[in-house]
Amino acid sequence: MMSMKEWFRRGEPWVWINGGAVAISMIMVIGLLGLIAVRGLSHFWPHTIIDGTYHKPEGGSYRIIGEIANEEWVPAIRLREAGIPIEEGVDEVHRLLVKTGNRDITGLDFRWVLADNIKDITIPDDILNVERLEWGNYYGFLRSVKENGQVIAEGDGAHEVLFSRLNRAIALSEQITDIEKGDIGAINYGLEKLRLKRRSLELEGALTPQAEADLQAERAEFDARFKILQKERNDLLADLSRDSFVAVNMSGVETEIPFSKVVNIFQPNGLAFSEKIVFYVERFTEFLTRDPREANTEGGIFPAIFGTVMMVLLMSVIVTPFGVVAAVYLREYARQGPLTRTIRIAVNNLAGVPSIVYGVFGLGFFVYFVGGSLDEVFYPEAAPAPVFGTPGLMWASLTLAILTVPVVIVATEEGLARIPKTVREGSLALGATKFETLWKVILPMSSPAMMTGLILAIARAAGEVAPLMLVGVVKLAPVLPVDGNAPFLHLDRKFMHLGFHIYDVGFQSPHVEAARPLVYATAFLLVAVIAILNLTAVMIRNRLREKYRALET
Amino acid sequence: METSFEQKFGVSEAAAARTRRIRKFKDETAKATITLGGISVIAAICLIFFYLLYEVVPLFLPASMEERNQLVKADWDSPIFSTIEEQGQIGLNVEPEKAYFYYTQSGDIVENIDIPLGDIKYVSREAPSTELIALANEKGEAVILKHDYRHVFDNDNNRTIYPFVEYPYGEDTIELLEGNRLKSFSFRDNEEKLTIVAANYANEVVIKRFIKTESMFDEEVALEEQADIKLPAFAGEVNKVLVSLDQRWLYILEDNKQLEIFNIEEQPERLGSKSLTPEGAEVTQFRFLLGGFALLVGDSSGVISQWFLARDDQNKLDLYKIRDFKLADAPIISIDIEHRRKGFIAGDSAGNIGFFNTTAETNVINEKISDNPIERIIASPRGDVMLVQPKGELPSIYDINNKHPEVSLKSMWQKVWYEDYNEPEFVWQSSSASNDFEPKFSLMPLTFGTLKAAFYAMLMAMPLAICGAIYTAYFMAPELRTKVKPTIELMEALPTVILGFLAGLWLAPLIEHSLPGVFTLLLTMPIIIVLAAYLWALVPMDLRNRIPDGWVPVMLIPVVLLGGGLSMGYTREIEMLFFDGDMRLWLTQDLGIDFDQRNALIVGLAMGFAVIPTIFSITEDAIFAVPKNLSFGSLALGATPWQTLVRVVLPTASPGIFSAVMIGFGRAVGETMIVLMATGNTPIMDMNIFEGLRTLSANIAVEMPEAEVDSSHFRILFLSGLVLFVFTFILNTTAETVRQRLRVKYGSL
Repeated sequence: MMSMKEWFRRGEPWVWINGGAVAISMIMVIGLLGLIAVRGLSHFWPHTIIDGTYHKPEGGSYRIIGEIANEEWVPAIRLREAGIPIEEGVDEVHRLLVKTGNRDITGLDFRWVLADNIKDITIPDDILNVERLEWGNYYGFLRSVKENGQVIAEGDGAHEVLFSRLNRAIALSEQITDIEKGDIGAINYGLEKLRLKRRSLELEGALTPQAEADLQAERAEFDARFKILQKERNDLLADLSRDSFVAVNMSGVETEIPFSKVVNIFQPNGLAFSEKIVFYVERFTEFLTRDPREANTEGGIFPAIFGTVMMVLLMSVIVTPFGVVAAVYLREYARQGPLTRTIRIAVNNLAGVPSIVYGVFGLGFFVYFVGGSLDEVFYPEAAPAPVFGTPGLMWASLTLAILTVPVVIVATEEGLARIPKTVREGSLALGATKFETLWKVILPMSSPAMMTGLILAIARAAGEVAPLMLVGVVKLAPVLPVDGNAPFLHLDRKFMHLGFHIYDVGFQSPHVEAARPLVYATAFLLVAVIAILNLTAVMIRNRLREKYRALET
Repeated sequence: METSFEQKFGVSEAAAARTRRIRKFKDETAKATITLGGISVIAAICLIFFYLLYEVVPLFLPASMEERNQLVKADWDSPIFSTIEEQGQIGLNVEPEKAYFYYTQSGDIVENIDIPLGDIKYVSREAPSTELIALANEKGEAVILKHDYRHVFDNDNNRTIYPFVEYPYGEDTIELLEGNRLKSFSFRDNEEKLTIVAANYANEVVIKRFIKTESMFDEEVALEEQADIKLPAFAGEVNKVLVSLDQRWLYILEDNKQLEIFNIEEQPERLGSKSLTPEGAEVTQFRFLLGGFALLVGDSSGVISQWFLARDDQNKLDLYKIRDFKLADAPIISIDIEHRRKGFIAGDSAGNIGFFNTTAETNVINEKISDNPIERIIASPRGDVMLVQPKGELPSIYDINNKHPEVSLKSMWQKVWYEDYNEPEFVWQSSSASNDFEPKFSLMPLTFGTLKAAFYAMLMAMPLAICGAIYTAYFMAPELRTKVKPTIELMEALPTVILGFLAGLWLAPLIEHSLPGVFTLLLTMPIIIVLAAYLWALVPMDLRNRIPDGWVPVMLIPVVLLGGGLSMGYTREIEMLFFDGDMRLWLTQDLGIDFDQRNALIVGLAMGFAVIPTIFSITEDAIFAVPKNLSFGSLALGATPWQTLVRVVLPTASPGIFSAVMIGFGRAVGETMIVLMATGNTPIMDMNIFEGLRTLSANIAVEMPEAEVDSSHFRILFLSGLVLFVFTFILNTTAETVRQRLRVKYGSL
């Protein structure tokens, strides 16, 4: 048996404390990833809606219908101070955060209630959870379905009618969206193009009556097409507003909800487990493919995913050739001396420069200086509205390319340095020129290293938010940077981004509580993408190492 | 037989030569292209530094002025009021018997103005931006007029300016006082009321007030006169009266030296008096700075001083001399203020003129332009044009290049006494809706916030990262190490926006909610671990031997989880026991520590999390790379592994650990999203861990999109970017150099 003193002298406790640091770090990493995954993924699971009677601590009671969103234990004093009477002798109270929805009727869609005071809880199968375009969710019981204001179904059979009418409404809304976004969008785009053309002719002094008449004719054509589309759209809208349904909420108020305001209706309590899984997958798909609604707090995040991907793609296209060329130059062509060494250290260190600095640079140099000059030279007709002289997709990609170019250079250089000298010498000895050696031997062999660099660059770019806030990201972009109007890719447009979406919805939105699950889901998506990219990079790197180890022997 | 080249190689000699030439050409082209490309990429990277510098340098360039032209056609008969409009093209002069607009290019008259008042002798001016002036004669008759300018653009975007005059309160004169001749008057006008204070040669002061009523029908403003208030006659000679912009304070200059201050919001109430000049000097110029709050006093010794009301420790209001500016030794005889900045220009009787800024306490231009006294000096609203007239000479127009007078090293890094503040302070407040706002560009609160955030982050990250790295590199079982290292390194790739979001929305409420638990956790965790270690040492040897060496962290995971669970689970009980049931209340009431939900503790934890992988990874590399023969030698001599680590391995690896800490620190200093989301972004200077902060980087993210291009604010944000760039670059370079040296050292061992 070792004495305590001896044990301390041998340093065992310190070793354990160091081990503890590893344990804590691991717990933090895994805990964090787990937290994001659990919270992010549970958002889409159909939550049970409870129906009960809430006895208010200050007296009186009301019916409460809603989802339980959160729970906590709070000290009783804090509640007493807030004016909620709590029995003497109770130190702690269990509180539930219930999402009662119906923001249009009650004013608030979340409320804290004391868990013990909810009595007679039931879970009726026929509670409706209505996802609406405005005012958040609606919870209540179906009364009747109406067509043109006439009741067509009531009672038990009404549910079937409700869902068939819902499907019809959804199909109609999709058609309307198609017209609005697609065709009418194209017409607006065309009209704007005409306006700019006219202005540019005017500036050149070439606005002859002939040209003016041509423009007029084109505009008339657009107008005519617009009239037709508008009529089509109005007909559809009229069709859509035909049906409605009446439901009763927790306080017994009957509300008539037109189908035109409904996104989806479901009855989570009645779903079987397998149905819940199907529901889950559907909701998740919707999340990935839909546009956001209600100041980004509801709906999907498709534009943010699209914007992130577009930006990262453009960035990759820019960063790969430049990064590789710079690395090749530094490793293969530049004279290896103190200067090259200094440059190498400097490039290395640029990876440690705060990203916001790149944002500042991008805003000042790309947006205001380069963009402003481009506007002056090429787009005088758009003045005073800027085209490229304002933050946009191109500048964001360029800024991030500069931000990530050190990553690519460093990784590529490392790959080049790992190629055994013998390989190079063999090629040269066979009479190949330096370029041929490079092109046919060295670059193919180091391509995995370039891939690693690129993947790391992409992972970094996808997660950066601070510089993007200055050079092109917006909370809500009305149009995607790619659409059906020539030239299809609009580099001057602003775009949405997953990381910024998290910041914006989590911190700038009016209904943080309602948006929170969505933020977790977005965060999960971002983390998943970045983790996968990084793991891929690590795998490629490892495989690469194995390959050269074989070559060296 | 001789084989020809063609037979030997299958191609003709000429063809081979051509191929060789092509190959050579390709090779050289590639070389040129790659060299060019490589150098330009590196140049592009360097461009960042130079561009930031390019945006920052104008802040520190000296101001300059250049004479544009003389107003050769000017035939001025001692104007009592002169001003220039926004574009600097047209000026207005009021002379005793006439008034006119003139071109600043030549002095030619644009238009004569018919003023319904003769023998004009005095003028009083509202806030410069309103372009409202009041004129009065010695009889005490006054009229209020507004000079305004209509801008018309033709097809080629050329501007023509048409000046005109309006009388917002009618062309009828207002009777200021009866009896003795008028000596001085001052008027102030706002949405509710109009105040005019007049003084006569008998040293009597009268306060006239008009309440404004807006007619229901035609929006015409009617003035309703209140009863005059007469101050008791003054013993000394009253030289000048001034009313502050808020119509609350009346300043009366007596005997060109003594200042009497009255609160005239209700019935006049005397606040006190103040001597404005030192012995032997007398006041020669007396007027308000932009904002109608601070007074500028020019005296006969060439000094201009700034004064305003502030409260002392006892909350007593008094007029303080804030700062002095020295032009030269001659008496100051003319002062004009800038319309958008807290700056002014002054001329003296020896022909010197000077440009000053009060906030930055700078004298940006100080030049002698004539031998005659500078009778008249006028700044245009934008401060880019100045009109000067030395006595007996023609007036001339100067172009002024004075873009950033409010920025000086002092205004950025030292305490500055701002208007409306009671003492000099470090303040960052860059913009406001009001036009006469005094921008406060102290970088101290931001730098302090940056360092505070980094300090708490390092406090959290250093122990965990370094200890963890020591264990991982030196004690850990190799198969475990291959799992642990990539996992912790994966943290580095985690977007900081996610850490910030979790810190702000999940951690901050959690910590606020279970503060005692968090502190118990931080304090007891090492004890729990040591306890677990001791208990493990008591376990019988054969049981202990079943677990191989280097798996301590895995054994500790349940212990840490249990400890954490207990502290967090019993947070209420701890709170009840030690803090009367509410730790936040206890902190604020018993200790007097303010508590914000998003505070430095949260930032420390979240940002600590972000820098752990950086420090961990580099430290681990440094320790792992220490040549094994060193520790084998030590172990062979009988040292325990811990002794070997502390005495042999760590000293060898310490430069590497040092550089890891530096790189981690660099990362913490520049991190943006975490601090943006996890703090309240309030630029305060307080080391309190429970209060928020604002860092340089978060400040850029918040304010850059709104900053006006090329304004001082914009350039100062660039400056903070440059500071961050240079600071992190130096940190990283030092760290990198240390690591390079270390590598060489290891190589030689």
